[in-house]
Amino acid sequence: MHRRLLIAPAIIAAAALLTACSNGNTGGDSNEKVTLTYGVWAGTQTPAMKEIAAAFTKENPNITVKVEERPWPEYWSTLQTGAAGGTAPDAFWMLAQNIRPYASGGQLLDVSDEIKKEKVDLSKYPKAVLDLYDQGDGKIYGLPKDVDTNAVWFNKAIFDKAGVAHPSANWTWDDFRATAKKLTDPAAGVWGVAAPIDYQGGYYNTIFQAGGQVISDDGKTAEIDSPKAQKGIEFWTNLQADKSSPTLKQLSDTEAETMFEQGKVAMYMSGAYWALKLYQNKQIAANVDVAPLPVGEKRATVTSGIVNVGFAGTKHPDAVKKFLLFASGKEAAEIQAKSGAVLPAYEGGEKAWMAAMPEFKNLQVFIDAKEYSVPLPVQGNAAEWQGDQTKYLTGAWEGTTSVADATKQYAGAIDKVLAEK
Amino acid sequence: MRATLDRPGRQQRRPGPTSPPRLRRRRNRIDWWAIPMIVPAFIGLAALYLWPFLSTFVKSFMKVPVFGPGTFTGVDNYTKLLSDEDFWRALGNSARYTLLVLLGIPIAIVLAALIEQAAKGRTLYRVLFFLPVVTLPVAVGMVWRFILNGDFGILNYLLSLVGVPGEYWVADDRFTIYAFAVVGIWMGLGVNLIILGAGLQSIPVELYEASAVDGAGRIRQFFSITLPLLSPSVFFVTVLTIISALQMFDLVFVMLGSVNNTAIDGSKTIVYLFYEAAFVQFKQGYGAAIAIVLLVIIMIATAIQFRLQRRWVNYD
Repeated sequence: MHRRLLIAPAIIAAAALLTACSNGNTGGDSNEKVTLTYGVWAGTQTPAMKEIAAAFTKENPNITVKVEERPWPEYWSTLQTGAAGGTAPDAFWMLAQNIRPYASGGQLLDVSDEIKKEKVDLSKYPKAVLDLYDQGDGKIYGLPKDVDTNAVWFNKAIFDKAGVAHPSANWTWDDFRATAKKLTDPAAGVWGVAAPIDYQGGYYNTIFQAGGQVISDDGKTAEIDSPKAQKGIEFWTNLQADKSSPTLKQLSDTEAETMFEQGKVAMYMSGAYWALKLYQNKQIAANVDVAPLPVGEKRATVTSGIVNVGFAGTKHPDAVKKFLLFASGKEAAEIQAKSGAVLPAYEGGEKAWMAAMPEFKNLQVFIDAKEYSVPLPVQGNAAEWQGDQTKYLTGAWEGTTSVADATKQYAGAIDKVLAEK
Repeated sequence: MRATLDRPGRQQRRPGPTSPPRLRRRRNRIDWWAIPMIVPAFIGLAALYLWPFLSTFVKSFMKVPVFGPGTFTGVDNYTKLLSDEDFWRALGNSARYTLLVLLGIPIAIVLAALIEQAAKGRTLYRVLFFLPVVTLPVAVGMVWRFILNGDFGILNYLLSLVGVPGEYWVADDRFTIYAFAVVGIWMGLGVNLIILGAGLQSIPVELYEASAVDGAGRIRQFFSITLPLLSPSVFFVTVLTIISALQMFDLVFVMLGSVNNTAIDGSKTIVYLFYEAAFVQFKQGYGAAIAIVLLVIIMIATAIQFRLQRRWVNYD
């Protein structure tokens, strides 16, 4: 394994030489036949992406787009080495947590001129997601293709069997905690809720609901140890203390989402992106329903979305820009929505998304959640400090460290990362 | 095998060139011709090994952004590394894993001797033990992850049948290293068996016959003939095992599954730490420093083994 890792840079170096040789032709001729590659990671969305590529070729007969799928764990390391070596896909998916080094390293195409030329109406896209990708350099690297907000997936069968009323639209934190407790039945191996250490689908939401925030407004210091943020974290540690959730060890062995699909947990707080997977699971689909997040001090959900970006090293920048706007545009949104794979970012695509899964009657909660959504905190080297979460928070979840101590130490670690330039 | 393991300096040196000057000139001409001949191989070697090594070495003294040139920071990465508790923990994990995996060698010796003595089906046994070697490590890791699952795994089910409470083998950092070691030993068994089997076959049958005449039993034969004559193969297998164990990465990556696994912080190996720094946290310079430290550790470990082999490896 190690040797393979060492060889990788060499292959890239060789590849860089090769592409350097063939870079002579930048191809300004618009009638030229061009093939673009489009890097994606999610298998469930690949059919829709292929359909979008085909629709684009129909409009632009000279441009063919080949969808290249890579599994999630490899996606970022392959992309990083590919971009450094000049062999990255022409267009690819980007996440807000990861965009910073690519943008500052000059690896991404600026599409703002194309947006102006094509008169794209930016108000059709969720502002929180656009803000998330704003690098403060006046450039726009891409437009979101989808948006995700959070809600509470729940298993109706477990509720009904326990004789517990389904969540109301205005349920509070206390209601949530009490419901989880009532639904838990150790004898049957059923827990009321899954309470893992999950930032996006979990504790970030409750931190904002408690009126706190994860990182300060200026992006320089962590505020995860503020009293309000601590309340947001206690929301989860309380569920663990109540034994309303499988332990962290159990959730490490079997992920929360899998537990929910197996009917072992009654409630799972997470994103709209699970809708299709749950819908396609014949064993559980009929029992699945969804409710809005419980209300703390206020309503809040973190939001994010995948953005289509272009590789600065592409040989066909004009074709790529054209494709990027198409892949995040209205028609592509409808194709995505019809497949049910994700909630499209482009305004108006929601109806088709809901219509794709007619038995899920309450999907509207994800769309309503856009109203009170806040951008996912991704300041600084987010991959680094978010990756540290289990190191510092596990003690709090397991009840061996106080929330105050755990968050204080974690905040110190985040501050250190944020201080690095 | 023998040739590569022989102690340096043991082979008889050819006597120095005593040929007349005319002949020597001819040899020189051949040398010149050789240069273009080895260029293709050298380019390959340089591109695939020398260049990556040198750039890693240089990067370990730099702060390198993901893209674009880095800046020199002296030994900054190394001093940071030495004060990084994660590094020491990873080092300890790798050391623990390596020691545990070494237990696979006695197991392989005994198995190899048993297979050699089997009347029938030797090839079948070899194939069976070799299968894990040619299986994708990722697939192997996935299967073991299911076997070792705390709530639904087969292992804990079997344990429950005999009344032993199971543990969360791959979700509790008190046990993860042992879980890795079991899988590591199982995966490495095939290669070790092939090498040791070849070593066993090179032991002359006459020795066993002679010792039998002298009244030696099976056990005595094993310790007095088999083990000493097998020692060069055992040494070779040990060197390989230690190097690959220190480089272990894939089992952590696959068996601990998701990023949400809370056992991950206590289970990282050095190469996992390297992967994380270089490819997840975008800290290439720091990652390079980890790689160089690992290289030095492997070199020292191997050098020590070559030193110690004089005491126990028997080449005669």
